[in-house]
Order: sequence, then structure tokens, then C-alpha cells
Amino acid sequence: MKEILSMDNVSYSYDSEDEVAKKAVDGVSFTVQEDEWIAIVGHNGSGKSTLAKLMIGLLFPEEGNVNVFIEKLTEDNIWEIRSQMGFVFQNPDNQFVGSTVQDDVAFALENSGVPFEEMVTRVNDALAQVKMSDFLDQEPHHLSGGQKQRVAIAGALALHPKLLIMDEATSMLDPQGRNEVIHLVEELKRKTGLTVISITHDLEEALLADRIIVMNKGKVLTVGTPEQIFARGNELEEIGLDLPFALRVSSLLRENGMELVGEHMTEEELVNELWTSHFSK
Amino acid sequence: MLEKMIFGRYIPGNSFVHKLDPRSKLSFVFLFIIGVFLANNTITYAVLLGFTLLVILSSRIRLYFLFNGLKPILFLIIFTLLMHIFFTKEGALLVDWKFIKIYEEGVRQGIFISIRFLVLVLLTSILTLTTSPISITDGMEDLLGPFKRLKLPVHELALMMSISLRFIPTLMDETDKILKAQLARGSDISTGSIKQRIRAVIPLLVPLFVSAFKRAEDLAVAMEVRGYRGGEGRTRYRQLKWHWRDTTIMVLLAALVVVLFLLRA
Repeated sequence: MKEILSMDNVSYSYDSEDEVAKKAVDGVSFTVQEDEWIAIVGHNGSGKSTLAKLMIGLLFPEEGNVNVFIEKLTEDNIWEIRSQMGFVFQNPDNQFVGSTVQDDVAFALENSGVPFEEMVTRVNDALAQVKMSDFLDQEPHHLSGGQKQRVAIAGALALHPKLLIMDEATSMLDPQGRNEVIHLVEELKRKTGLTVISITHDLEEALLADRIIVMNKGKVLTVGTPEQIFARGNELEEIGLDLPFALRVSSLLRENGMELVGEHMTEEELVNELWTSHFSK
Repeated sequence: MLEKMIFGRYIPGNSFVHKLDPRSKLSFVFLFIIGVFLANNTITYAVLLGFTLLVILSSRIRLYFLFNGLKPILFLIIFTLLMHIFFTKEGALLVDWKFIKIYEEGVRQGIFISIRFLVLVLLTSILTLTTSPISITDGMEDLLGPFKRLKLPVHELALMMSISLRFIPTLMDETDKILKAQLARGSDISTGSIKQRIRAVIPLLVPLFVSAFKRAEDLAVAMEVRGYRGGEGRTRYRQLKWHWRDTTIMVLLAALVVVLFLLRA
């Protein structure tokens, strides 16, 4: 396993004029390995967005180091490092730079000076990967939010990145668009072994990750597999996160005296247990 | 009403004119505008008019559609025509009825100037009707390329233009949303005195501006993260290709200028 990104005791606080600056990120350390899918979850103000900005060098830490691809992130190597990672932002409209789908996918390639012939193949490949090949010449305002996010992912993939970071990429989408995007990333992950860091407050999305990092008040509250994390349901609710629907239903059923075996991460698991529950009695 | 306005609109198509390179179209229109001023007698103006008609036909834009869309400008042309007819007092007297005196020279001048005006408007309309705004931007960036040496921010200007064009529909949607939100709160921008109506527009503009700034900031961050560092060392995905047809129209234009030179008085 190779290390892709690590945070080494990182702290950052925003300048504020009146009071003593509160640390938005406070002594955070963790390591992301190659091929992993990491979900960083946390309530608003937990420091997860600041973390995202630190990862791509929009902000530099006050203390500690951010290492990307084993190199320490500095002003000098920032462009080199950015050209090897893809980033998908929250607002589908505000990250669409090109005037058509293919122009937008090509934007990052143009910036790193990729020759024209190679650009064409890369753009087509990337769009095929996100299943948007039929929309090559579409203008952004004719696309749905989910489609725009898929184009944004294609724009990232065209760079052949080692790492894909998604900052609340599904939070502004309708349920259908959200499913589209999540399943796309899941599929890409399976097929290409991409390393994914998704920053989210949607625990359903976090379920798909290999490991979850829970942030609270700028600190890492806990790290673990989804099973380990969701076993501590109450704690998550205390810091303002919404548990996945299946998990909530099963804990409510238990409270009301229903006997259930095991944990249920997805609705399917829960439904399967419920409709067979009579036989296991 | 806006549907009828064809100024600045693009109509996708597959005609000879549509397929031309934006660079050749832009230089053609630019040089043609200069060429128009060579005409100074009946035959040269007839040549100009004929040439323009040929361009319109080869663009396959329907004449009816074109003239319908240019109605507001036709009024302006008729107005200039009348001004010339009534106020130029040279040549033989044609009509002398009460206080109205119309001279030969006035009629001639009026018709010439109107043709000049009409030809210019038609040609530039054909340009914008057959070329998508983004192609025009590309063409401009390329044609102005030499000015980069003079430190003119050509690439930046072109990028600004293409981003503004890309955000027009987005901001239109946004305006619509804000308008509905304000209407739902009882704001009324369609009745009342002009002063009241202008006042009612303010609660529409303020949120629009706020969100536009927010968008601009997000976009700047997204561009930076995607590696945008200005025009240097950048390759281009949109390639312009000069075809035989582009050479053809430049030759045709040269021929037109020669003919105008030979025939002018």
C-alpha cells in the first residue's frame, strides 16, 4: 500500500478581527492509502471544508504538514500536485468553466498544456467513463445538476488523477442526481482503483467508503470502518449528523421491543431481515 | 417580442456561410465595411446590394425572417432616407408642393445612404446569425493574437467574454427565480408609476448581484484548482481550421473591391 495523502498534526485558524481566533482545524492527523475511499463527515463548522482547502493548497496550515503523494505541499510544487488530482466542488454551476460539455472537460487539460490530439482522446474517454458522451456539445444550462457534476468528474478524470477529492459534491443535487453521482464514483472506484476522498455530511454516502473520518469542532473525533462508526450511533447524532434511514428505523424498532439480529447499514439489509424475521423465530 | 429580435442571436445551420471559419468571417465583415464606402454611384451601389443578397442566399437564412427581425432598424433607415429627401437642396427640383420641396440630389443621396446602411446591418446580422458567440470569441482571440506582443491581454479578454456568455443563461434563470420569490412576497414590478417600478426592481437586483459575486468567487477557486495560471503555456481545445472556402470568400471580397474601384465615379 502506498501513501497518497497525509495530514500531520495540521492546524489552521481563520483571521478574525475581534476575538481570539478559533481553530477551524486543530491538530488533525490521518493518512490516506492508495485505492482507498475515505469519507470525511462532520456537521457544519466541523472543519471539514477547511480540510479540503488545505488538501489542495488553497490554504496552507499554520502548524503541521500536509503531504500529498509523499511530498510536502508548498507554494512551489502546488501546481504540479494539482495537475495530478481531481477536485469536484459543491455547486454544479459555479465550477462549469467551459461553454459546452467538452470544453469544460478540456479546461484542466488546456491549462497543463496537453497537445490537441491527445486532448481529444482524453476528453472522449473521460466522458465515456461518466456516460456523458451523448452530451458533447451541450451547453451547461441544458443539463441537470447531476449531469453537471458528472461532467465535473469527467473533467477531473481527464487529468488521469491519482486522487479524486469531492467537497460536498452531492449536497446540492436532488435524490436522483445524488444517486447518479454516488453510483458513478463507486463504479469508477471499482473499475480503476481510484483513490477517493469524499467530504460530506450525508452518512448514506459515507456508508460506501472504506473508512470514515468523523470531524467535530476541528478535531478528528474518530476514524473507522462504516460498521465501527455506525455502531456508535448516538454519538454521531449528538454532533449533529443524521444517521442513515435504515439504521434509524432499526434502532427505533429495537426500542419498541422488536428483536433484530445484527446491524443494518442499508435499506436492503433491513428489508431482508424484516421479511424473513418470522422464519427465524 | 424578444423572440423576434434577431440582433445578436445565433441560428444553428449547415450552410456555406455557417461552415466558414470565424476568422475569415470576421475579417470579411471588417474589410467589407471599409469597402462599402468605396461605392459612390448607382452601379457600384447596385453591385453592393447584389453582393449582399448573394451572401444572404448562401447563408440560407430566410429573407422574411431576416427583415422581420430587422424591423426596428428598418425604421431608422427610412428615417434617414426621409431626412435626406427633405433636407438636401441640390440638383433639379422634382416636387414642389406647398412648403415641401424635393430635389433630385436629395432622393439620390437618401437612397444611397440607406443602401449603405442596410448593407452594413444585413452583413453584420448574417455574421452573428451564422456564427455562435463562442466561435466569434475564438476568432477574435486568434485575429488579435499579434497584439499579445504589445502586452494586450487578448487571451484574458477572450476568456472573460466566453465566461460571461456561458453565465448569461444561468443568471437569467436566477433572475427568474428571484423575481418569483419577490412576487410571492407581494412585490409588484408590472404596475404603478415609473418611479415605483424602478424602486421595485431594487429587491431583484441586490440578491442577483450578491449571488453573481458568490458565483464569481467559486468559479475563480474552481479555475485555480483546475490549474488555470493565465494564457501562458496553455494549449487550446477549440481549433480553428482554415478551409478552401475561407480562401474563396477572401478572394471574392478582393474581386468585389476591384470591381468597386473600377466602376466608381
